[in-house]
Amino acid sequence: MAKIKPRVKVPSKAEAGEVITIKTLISHPMESGQRKDKSGNPIPRKIINKFVASFNGQEVISADLAPAVSSNPYFQFEAKVPEAGEFLFQWTDDDGSVYEAKKKIKIG
Amino acid sequence: MFKASQKLAIAALALGALVSAPAAWADEEADLIINGEKMDIRVEAPEGHPLDEILSGWIFRTDETQALETDDFDNPSFIFVEQAQEAWSTVEGEAGKSCESCHGDVAESMKGVRAAMPKYNEQAKDLWSLENYINSCRTERMQAKPWKWAKADMDAMVALIGLQSRGMPMSVKVDGPAAEYFKKGEEIYYTRFGQLELSCANCHEDNYGNMIRADHLSQGQINGFPTYRLKNTKLNSIHARFKGCIRDTRAETFSPGSEEFRALELYVAWRGQGLSIETPSVRQ
Repeated sequence: MAKIKPRVKVPSKAEAGEVITIKTLISHPMESGQRKDKSGNPIPRKIINKFVASFNGQEVISADLAPAVSSNPYFQFEAKVPEAGEFLFQWTDDDGSVYEAKKKIKIG
Repeated sequence: MFKASQKLAIAALALGALVSAPAAWADEEADLIINGEKMDIRVEAPEGHPLDEILSGWIFRTDETQALETDDFDNPSFIFVEQAQEAWSTVEGEAGKSCESCHGDVAESMKGVRAAMPKYNEQAKDLWSLENYINSCRTERMQAKPWKWAKADMDAMVALIGLQSRGMPMSVKVDGPAAEYFKKGEEIYYTRFGQLELSCANCHEDNYGNMIRADHLSQGQINGFPTYRLKNTKLNSIHARFKGCIRDTRAETFSPGSEEFRALELYVAWRGQGLSIETPSVRQ
């Protein structure tokens, strides 16, 4: 599971003001920092510690993740779509890297 | 979201009563519909089959686990299927070829392949699983290194190829040159292994539907493999599952890819004849 890749499912169209369901999944080992390797050395912690979804620059949902969250974290939530625009999803890793996904949505 | 029957089961445990736990955790009547396509998960057994009814392992899982398989986005296996899709078109080895160079679109060329696995290979004069075919392509046509059995790269590719047969019935050939492997597989299936002296049949034929401690026993069908298991959050191959089961009997196990496991795979595949391929499935 070397590769970290986000997956996002957003409908391509919605009515103005409609509440839509959004699903996200990112492949990530979520190494807790509690485990040891075969020679007894601790395996350093490496988890996604923050997830943020925003729409046209406005935050929709954000979550802080802790080491107990299992690998390949999955989020499903609802959002109201007042206008056409773009969803931005960001996952922040312990090493500071940010994985991003974008999805456009039309009205009508 | 407790169901009445679940409450009852928990109440019974609280009283310290020893009950053979009812199958309260799974909706056994539900139909499996993946992306709008209905799967055959209950098949009437043919004459001479050891089971009365052939049942997919999906039936025995909890409502939540069952739900994960009904949508390809929710199904975490697809992380690995996507990786394999990339590997499919990636050139590797001395010959400068990828899988795609010879086989083109995986959705076209690999349709139905998984449903007939494992099968007797006339040229090699041996029973081959999908993994054997993949490695023979890698070493001979691509001149690349073979992949190890039951490891991430291999399991993902098996899942990608298996997905192209989803919804098709399991139909392995057990006559002709395959008959001897079938017989050997059957013998392994009914042999008691390990300190616990358990055969496959003790759990998966005599006791499916019952609880073995906290686990709801299925018939041990392999129509959904490789399967994403929630317990180790990765794809698990057929042979890795065989190994796990035999290890749990406290026995020395055969190795993934061994002749014994390929024979067992053929026999177990035959026990699931007619079930829809569910690859890649989700299990506990």
